[in-house]
Amino acid sequence: MLSAGKDFRRNIVVHAVLAFFTLLALAPIVLIVINAFKSRQAIFSAPLALPTAETFDISGFVAVLGGGQFGSYFANSMIVTLTALAGAILFGAMAAFALSEYRFRFNTVTGLFFTLGLMVPIRLGTVAILGMMQGADLVNTRTALILVYIAQGLPVAIFVLTEFMRTVSADLKNAGRVDGLSEYEVFFWLVLPLLRPAMVSVAVFTMIPIWNDLWFPLILAPGEETKTLTLGAQVFLGQYVTDWNSVLAALSLSIVPVLALYLVFSRGLIRGITAGAVK
Amino acid sequence: MTTSMALDSSALGEAQAVRRPVRWHIAVFLAPALLVYTAVMVLPLVETLRLSFFQGADAQQAFVGLENFRRLLGDERLAFHFWNALRNNAYFFAIHMAVMVPLAILLGALLSLPRLRGSGFYRTAIFMPTMLSFVIAAFVWRLILSPLWGITPNFLQAIGLGSWFTAYLGKEPYALTTLGFISVWKELGVPMVLMYAAMLAIPNEILEAAEIDGITGIGQFFRIKLPLLWPTVGVVAILTFVSNFNSFDLIYTSQGVSAGPNYSTDILGTLLYRTFFGAQLQFGDPHLGATIAAMMFLIILSVVCLYLFFVQRRLVRYQL
Repeated sequence: MLSAGKDFRRNIVVHAVLAFFTLLALAPIVLIVINAFKSRQAIFSAPLALPTAETFDISGFVAVLGGGQFGSYFANSMIVTLTALAGAILFGAMAAFALSEYRFRFNTVTGLFFTLGLMVPIRLGTVAILGMMQGADLVNTRTALILVYIAQGLPVAIFVLTEFMRTVSADLKNAGRVDGLSEYEVFFWLVLPLLRPAMVSVAVFTMIPIWNDLWFPLILAPGEETKTLTLGAQVFLGQYVTDWNSVLAALSLSIVPVLALYLVFSRGLIRGITAGAVK
Repeated sequence: MTTSMALDSSALGEAQAVRRPVRWHIAVFLAPALLVYTAVMVLPLVETLRLSFFQGADAQQAFVGLENFRRLLGDERLAFHFWNALRNNAYFFAIHMAVMVPLAILLGALLSLPRLRGSGFYRTAIFMPTMLSFVIAAFVWRLILSPLWGITPNFLQAIGLGSWFTAYLGKEPYALTTLGFISVWKELGVPMVLMYAAMLAIPNEILEAAEIDGITGIGQFFRIKLPLLWPTVGVVAILTFVSNFNSFDLIYTSQGVSAGPNYSTDILGTLLYRTFFGAQLQFGDPHLGATIAAMMFLIILSVVCLYLFFVQRRLVRYQL
């Protein structure tokens, strides 16, 4: 057992280390956000200072929100992410139910077939995906992105949801069957509602890579109409790299919604990661 | 990783009692997932592999065997770029293993200490960069490291290391290392939380038994906790490997499509993009792009298989 004095000293070291890494994680973000509210001169003369009455300046935000297309980029990101999430989770849950509930001839093979997708990144098929989307006339549509992200999200969704399917009581399902529910009704009325917590964690950590992806928007949907926020920010920041006010404002506008969402969901998110990966 | 083949005994009993010839609902449950997954992921992967054995535009495609691979590895310029990207990618991965994994273990260990005040706050804060896109991470650090803005030189001066400053992202010897550290800054969150969860999963009885035997503090960490963590380290290593060997966003955003300076930060993802789409004076070549994708596929698949068959089996998993 540790003595009280040693305990105290140990605690100070532990807090110092954790505070250091907290600072390292947050300082760059804070630095960007506070400077976004300052005049160009103040950004350079006192980058570490908080904006004051004299240095306060939101010309960057005016330029970005007035001239830019951030509203439409944001809407595109929302539509693509939410639709793909809904698709991956619903289709994933249905497949996970089939794989865990019934014994049929190709059960093992089908399971392994989906498991393959956990290991091979979908990006490696890009050359043919682009060819296929060109053939189907889907280039520069949100549909192309949604299809790709559903396919990308399915293996993880099936893998995690299958684990959770096992926890649903067989008695409950059989009681439903005795009461005359069809297999579809058993799934949609009895099983799906019980899976809600698992679906939330799958949703939260499937969402981040979709929202943040640059590769597929760049290749499949680079048009102005279908740009996502990540691609839009990339193009904007690249073009205006000398206009510091606009760049800092655009960065802040891209960071803040993500952080707000994160603060709301952080508990569920971290629980989701640990539940999915640690047995 | 096991896919659940769990057999519900009651469902089986029912299936045997009522012999239905075709259970259509199984097909209906599987169809949407199988359809999208096969059409958008598996078939394009197969088609990409196929394209790497062909040349010529759509109508007059001709089978050329391994010619594309011979070009990629034999042509002086192409081979230089391929090996350069592969070497850089290996180095990029090495930085993650050498820096991110120990940090994740350290932070996971500290966060899981019993009765630690503010543990939730630290965890939430250190995880935050993981939420950002690489586009944002790249620009944030480009601004901070920019010699124009002067944040980094002033900071280094303040701690007496002013002479250390240089354009870290602009000079060949430093650029890739700097990008590796930026990537670690962003990617640390998930490994940290995995380590944290693995430490919490260690039962108290084991730790109490160790304390009774006089093993406490640092000694307890190295002799009790670390051996129990190796399986999680293995999972983190393989996840990091796969993500590093198809990463693209950070290098593309920070260094541009040519992965400058002088291709010193080029990795397989940026090489694939450049070869497939073309850049500046160079035309895109889908077949050569497919060839690079096929090489990446081979590299990732062989490392994953090596890991599954040789490393994972030797990792001792203790029943806790």
